Amino acid sequence: MAEWVRPAAVPWVPPRFVPFFSDSSWACLPRWATIRIEKGVKKPQPQMLKIPAANGIIERDETPMEKEIAGLHRMEFRFSDIFYFCRKGFEAIVEDEVTQRFSSEELVSWNLLTRTNVNFHYVSLRLTVVWVIGVMVRYCFLLPLRFTLAAIGITSMIVGTTVVGQLPNGSLKNYLSEVVHLTCSRILVRALSGTIHYHNKENKPQKGGICVANHTSPIDAIILTNDGCYAMVGQVHGGLMGVIQRATVKACPHVWFERSEIKDRHLVTKRLREHVADKNKLPILIFPEGTCINNTSVMMFKKGSFEIGGTIYPVAIKYDPQFGDAFWNSSKYNIVSYLLRIMTSWAIVCHVWYMPPMVRKEGEDAVQFANRVRSAIARQGGLTELPWDGGLKRAKVKDSFKEEQQKNYSKMLVRNGSQGNLPAGTESD
Amino acid sequence: MMASRTVQHNWNLDLCTYFLNSSLQLLWTHREDFQRIPELAINPLGDRIINAFFSEGEDQVNFRGFMRTLAHFRPIEDNEKSKDQNGPEPLNSRSNKLHFAFRLYDLDKDDKISRDELLQVLRMMVGVNISDEQLGSIADRTIQEADQDGDCAISFAEFVKVLEKVDVEQKMSIRFLH
Repeated sequence: MAEWVRPAAVPWVPPRFVPFFSDSSWACLPRWATIRIEKGVKKPQPQMLKIPAANGIIERDETPMEKEIAGLHRMEFRFSDIFYFCRKGFEAIVEDEVTQRFSSEELVSWNLLTRTNVNFHYVSLRLTVVWVIGVMVRYCFLLPLRFTLAAIGITSMIVGTTVVGQLPNGSLKNYLSEVVHLTCSRILVRALSGTIHYHNKENKPQKGGICVANHTSPIDAIILTNDGCYAMVGQVHGGLMGVIQRATVKACPHVWFERSEIKDRHLVTKRLREHVADKNKLPILIFPEGTCINNTSVMMFKKGSFEIGGTIYPVAIKYDPQFGDAFWNSSKYNIVSYLLRIMTSWAIVCHVWYMPPMVRKEGEDAVQFANRVRSAIARQGGLTELPWDGGLKRAKVKDSFKEEQQKNYSKMLVRNGSQGNLPAGTESD
Repeated sequence: MMASRTVQHNWNLDLCTYFLNSSLQLLWTHREDFQRIPELAINPLGDRIINAFFSEGEDQVNFRGFMRTLAHFRPIEDNEKSKDQNGPEPLNSRSNKLHFAFRLYDLDKDDKISRDELLQVLRMMVGVNISDEQLGSIADRTIQEADQDGDCAISFAEFVKVLEKVDVEQKMSIRFLH
């Protein structure tokens, strides 16, 4: 059964779209589908279903450069030095940790959505029939219902917040704005057939704090506002999104930045600091990765959010990929086709863990603090941690990393301008 | 094809299945596709490694060519299983691995590593952290030590002699986990 929380003041929203497949009796269906595929495939290829992302497919030698090349106190160039770089390069070609995070996770057992099975091909009539029934259910039955509900949700949010925005500032306005936000958020989550399991609710973000979470899709914000009110931070958009932003900011102090303002980091930090300083204002919701990652790992957190000060409330969000893929691959799909995919999945099932608040320690700089928070989130959500910037989705990697490696290698060749003088002859190690 | 005979089942299949599942399903791969891998882009010798995949004058490589180059990194002990005594030398033999490394140094492919070529590769590896004179003297010393026929360049035989005690097999192999 879908778990939903009913606070006292919110009108009852019927749980119409209980995800059908969260019941264990239905869970046999994906398993059956996978067994059919395995049997149907002519050549036995047991390696096919291994998930490369989970464990890695090659044995990686993590010996640091210093130990591998330098050996025992020698300061000299050897022809064999090239082997280290060569092997690292080829390991990266065979399996690199970064680019696989920018595409959807592959599943071990198929969930009857062609989008998640990269090697989809015709296997048997029975499986195809099941799949066709699945398509009809999803597109002809679920999609129209969800679309209607989403339309109701968005309209009521715009209307509701505009109405509340007319009221004078005060506790009544805040209360009503909370009611409106929560109700509309819940309608929208139902529109996506969302089942959200919240853990550790005692750690829920408090007013005047900053809530920090890993980013997988635009609906992360809706997932979180389903359970509490936050002040959103973001860029002003045009179109429908812009209308929603303008309406909601009247009722609740969200922080929307113009495009030009976003470039000015000091301005952004200043505004956020002012917001956090006011203990009556709702906690800010920030996604420090800056871009959507595919929910198997947490990438580098941008330090800006951690320079503001105040208490950080980390939140880990983990989607269950069995029922639908929530990751937005923005280079492959635009927002409309993304929403269409989400609305034609089986359901969105996710777990949200609220974690104890963290503050910056003495002598800790923003980057170290950001890494500490990131490790905590990764550990809680069962995700791997990568020190790479999510911006690598679009941009090239900075040369400074290469320069750092070159510097480290140079230190092994030359120290303080003098070279080592080991006996000449054949190399050995 | 030599590649399809010498690159045996498990190793080849693992790579095949992995790459068929990833974006390198494309029939042809170009230099830019390699440069998009961040860990390769920050490798000081990244460009030389990418070059190893492409033949003279070509700027795209197909899957077979890709496999041939990667086959150099197959662990040597796997050859025990194949026991193809009468066939040509496998791509991942010690000699072929050393030849691959030699080609990384030999920029103009004339089968000799000249002082200039060594300097250029050294420059790639150290960046801007060492002066020209120091680098020059490092290169001179290296060539002097390894050169046996006095032509101020390193031939493949001299290269092999210099590296005869190095565990090439361990340093130039990639093992798949099963």
